[in-house]
Amino acid sequence: MAKETIAKPGWTALPPGGVLPAGTAHDFMTGDWRSFRPVHDPAKCTHCLICWIYCPDSSVRVSAGKFAGFDLDHCKGCGLCAAVCPPKVAAIAMIDERAARAEEK
Amino acid sequence: MAGRKVAKTGNEAMAEVMRQINPDVVAAYPITPATEVVQIFSQFAADGAVDTEFIAVESEHSALSATMGAAASGARAMTVTSSQGLALMYEMMYIAAALRLPIVLPEVNRALSAPINIHCDHSDTMGARDAGWIQIFSENSQEAYDNIVQAVRICEHPDVRLPALVTTDGFIISHCMETMEILGDAEVRDYVGPYTPAASLLDPAAPHTLGAIDLQDYYFEHRRQLAEAMRQAKARIVAVGKEFGARFGRPYGLFESYRLDDAEVGLVLLGSTAGTAKMVVDALRADGRKVGLLKLRVFRPFPYEEMAAALSRLKAVAVMDRSDGLAGYGGPLFDHVRSALFDLERKPRVVDYVYGLGGRDISLDDIRAVFDRLAAVAATGRVDPLITYLGVRD
Repeated sequence: MAKETIAKPGWTALPPGGVLPAGTAHDFMTGDWRSFRPVHDPAKCTHCLICWIYCPDSSVRVSAGKFAGFDLDHCKGCGLCAAVCPPKVAAIAMIDERAARAEEK
Repeated sequence: MAGRKVAKTGNEAMAEVMRQINPDVVAAYPITPATEVVQIFSQFAADGAVDTEFIAVESEHSALSATMGAAASGARAMTVTSSQGLALMYEMMYIAAALRLPIVLPEVNRALSAPINIHCDHSDTMGARDAGWIQIFSENSQEAYDNIVQAVRICEHPDVRLPALVTTDGFIISHCMETMEILGDAEVRDYVGPYTPAASLLDPAAPHTLGAIDLQDYYFEHRRQLAEAMRQAKARIVAVGKEFGARFGRPYGLFESYRLDDAEVGLVLLGSTAGTAKMVVDALRADGRKVGLLKLRVFRPFPYEEMAAALSRLKAVAVMDRSDGLAGYGGPLFDHVRSALFDLERKPRVVDYVYGLGGRDISLDDIRAVFDRLAAVAATGRVDPLITYLGVRD
């Protein structure tokens, strides 16, 4: 758990007014309570990137204009990507996270 | 530099100083008796007399919300209100303070409903006393004007960065025309200077999050910072009041001690009643009676040490509360003053007078009667009744 092990700052060290630097959520593994995992089929994918547009957690990685994998550290498994993937393509399936992890072991 | 003598009501004085401060944004909603401040200022905006973006909103909750949004975006932002309007702002007031947005809010003291009443008491301001806002009370239009100019400097100081209420008494001051001295536009603009925000949400070079959730592990630290900012504010208020005096000839402190040095009994009060009470003090002094008063200017932060020192030689003190905290005890000012005196070796006796609710007039005779009672308290040491409702019909 990335930042949780670091000693917490005292009141004199915190920025006043609760102002926080942007982008700090990236340092936390916010995807670890996911129940479903998106699985991508490169054979079907047309790289339309509708999943990238819709992902509410910026967890669809794109490289050189093409789908480049999921950021599973931050994906919450909401399934929006699978739902918006055009039916004719259907390149994303949602699978059970616990089963997927058991298989990885 | 000598100012210009003019005749202005309290509301006109507050609108005038807002014009001279020329804030970036004013979002406000009219409410009696502060309506004129909003109306006059919106005319300034319509006439191009200010550079201000004036936002006519649909409620006071929105007025403060929009003002806070502007302040968080790096603007010098102000709003104005009174009574129920302030009460509708309460929710946002706590947030403005905790986000450390240095908003200056000219406010006209008025009773709270029910029964509905448009006249002066301090219940509205006292309702916001724990919100984290600096509170500065004014005796008259001149003080309202001077206090608003100073509040900009106090609030925006990096050690403080808190919002402030600067109050006048409804109708008694807001609608009363007095002669007063105003500064030149250039003097005010030079005095308040350009605003340098600590952070701006509109600055793409420094993106940040504001108002994030803070649970068991961080909330306490942020509240501790807020407590410290309020403590720091005291030194800034003193420094700014002194500097203002040196520059413009009217020095200000945390409170005004009036003929208190050799006094045996005295009053502690806020706002316009000080003017009436000073007349009584002068009259009683002419009869050889050792009386005085302490007019508290700054209620938040509460100057408890300075006040204890100023009152330590008195035998009896009457605290005049223009609001009743409905605590089953005394008014809020009484609570504070009595507590401030607790650590003195030789304590004055302290009694409370709740007076003037809903604009009930307070006369010279009323105040004279309080001084007569104080003479008896000083002589006998007896404080019962501890709390008196002055001027209420039995």
